[in-house]
Amino acid sequence: MKAALTWAWLIALATLPLWLDNPYVLHVLIVAGIFIVAAMSLNLLLGYTGQLSLGHVAFFGIGAYASALASLGFSIHILPDFVLQSEAKPVWLGMLAGIAVAGACGWLIGRLAFKVRGAYFVIVSISFAEVVRLVALNWVELTQGPMALNNIPPLTLWLPGAGETTFWKKPANYWLVLATAALCYVLIRRLVRSRAGRAMVALRENEPLATSVGVDVTRTLVLTTVVSAAMAGAAGALYAHYVRIVDPDVFLFIYTVTMVIMVVTGGKGTLAGPVVGGLIFGLLPEGVRALDFKPEMQWIVYGVLMILVVYFLPQGIVPALEAWWRRR
Amino acid sequence: MSAFLSVEALSVRFGGLLAIESLSFELREGEVLSLIGPNGAGKTTAFNAITGYLAPASGEIRFQGRRLNGLSTNRVAELGLVRTFQKTSVFGGRSALENILIGLHLRSKQSALAILLGLPSVVREEKELEAEARRILDFVGLGARADEAGAALAYGEQRLLEVAIALAAKPKLLMLDEPVSGMNPSETASFMTKLAEIRGLGITVLLVEHDMKMVMGVSDRIVCLSQGRIIANGTPAQIQRDSEVIRAYLGERYARAHG
Repeated sequence: MKAALTWAWLIALATLPLWLDNPYVLHVLIVAGIFIVAAMSLNLLLGYTGQLSLGHVAFFGIGAYASALASLGFSIHILPDFVLQSEAKPVWLGMLAGIAVAGACGWLIGRLAFKVRGAYFVIVSISFAEVVRLVALNWVELTQGPMALNNIPPLTLWLPGAGETTFWKKPANYWLVLATAALCYVLIRRLVRSRAGRAMVALRENEPLATSVGVDVTRTLVLTTVVSAAMAGAAGALYAHYVRIVDPDVFLFIYTVTMVIMVVTGGKGTLAGPVVGGLIFGLLPEGVRALDFKPEMQWIVYGVLMILVVYFLPQGIVPALEAWWRRR
Repeated sequence: MSAFLSVEALSVRFGGLLAIESLSFELREGEVLSLIGPNGAGKTTAFNAITGYLAPASGEIRFQGRRLNGLSTNRVAELGLVRTFQKTSVFGGRSALENILIGLHLRSKQSALAILLGLPSVVREEKELEAEARRILDFVGLGARADEAGAALAYGEQRLLEVAIALAAKPKLLMLDEPVSGMNPSETASFMTKLAEIRGLGITVLLVEHDMKMVMGVSDRIVCLSQGRIIANGTPAQIQRDSEVIRAYLGERYARAHG
């Protein structure tokens, strides 16, 4: 029953560009989809291990910059007479680089999380994101600073039968985002239903008891942050090659807040939570705009709905629906 | 024969307070040893120091000849030393079955990569682990409660669940910190039977307990602590007659009733 529902959803979403010929709606869905991937990655940390990473956008932005720079090529002066130069690489390689660099940063933050937990981890993660933003803003030679990285190439893929395809059009990008989101969902599901996921939840629920039966705190937290950061990096890379311009504003705190809202309203620590929260709060601002209200209405509706959800469904929408389903 | 667990000249300090002062005792494989003594004597502190929750100020702890000092708690668990907690401690938001599955953490060997790839071996192992978890729940008599959340279980059941979680970690030495506190007499009696079965599995037991009926009934030897020092060490019969133990802990009335 539940599996059939998932497949129905997936088929409806996958065929959407075929029966809905509206580039604007597709654009909104693509951006929401990218944020849903980021929110799913945050959920792994916030929902399962209980660590609030308020600098999660850093991994997103690092993925975006790394992927963009790898596919554009760059040259920087490291020492007065030493220049590090990188030729432009194919976009798919750039995206892998974005995932890898973000994952490596996740490893670093994961090591730190072992030492600083709770409120301290929140502060460390915010600071990390802010430092990365300042680097992106000021290291002009590498990142062009506020001038932004322009003309980032879109993804080009060679597909058997179809030959070489460049993802200029919206449907191709839409399917790419959908496939990435589905893949991340499957990976997260495998992870949380395994010994690794049980270890994460055990740390969240009762750390002394978890360690007493052999759960390794450092390993578990490092694994979680690496996977989480790599997925956020993948979302960032998708963003860079879809929007095709990246500036230091990708590191803005508001994007982290958006991800947190998606996770918390949807239901943290549930698989479907970030997807449901992401669909609602990713599509809502555009939906309200379409109703021709005054511009400020958009954010008033957003805020009021958020408060209502948090107040009446503190566990999130998905756990509330599941409880309702069981009671019937 | 060398000792299974040996604690030598162990001292633990909290700031200026010497919680344990030069504590030494040995545990032989297969026996049940109880640590008794008044509140604040340092029994739980000794547990915490042995299992790596606290760093001892001095002294040495060896398990099967291996030095435990400086090892983290999860490493100590990997060596086969698993403890329960004085204050009931389960994963309250998870079902009883999931509690045991977490306890089986060390039994499962899948790497993160294998898990992410969804290899068939992972799926197979998950099935085996669940069957094993149900066996363990049945063993402690919680088989019918497998799907209840830990926090929804009755108090006595939570204490059993806690022991079951520890058993899942396949201990060679099981350290129980007041397992029957808060249980009623019939629950305590059935726990004593359970403990005999656990012993039958070849598990050595180190017990901290205030229920003297239980301590005297299950222990091979007893070590009595008071104010961080050992004041007596012997069989239950010897301890019951020991004048210092009677003065510091058991009390004259206990001695009259059982002497």
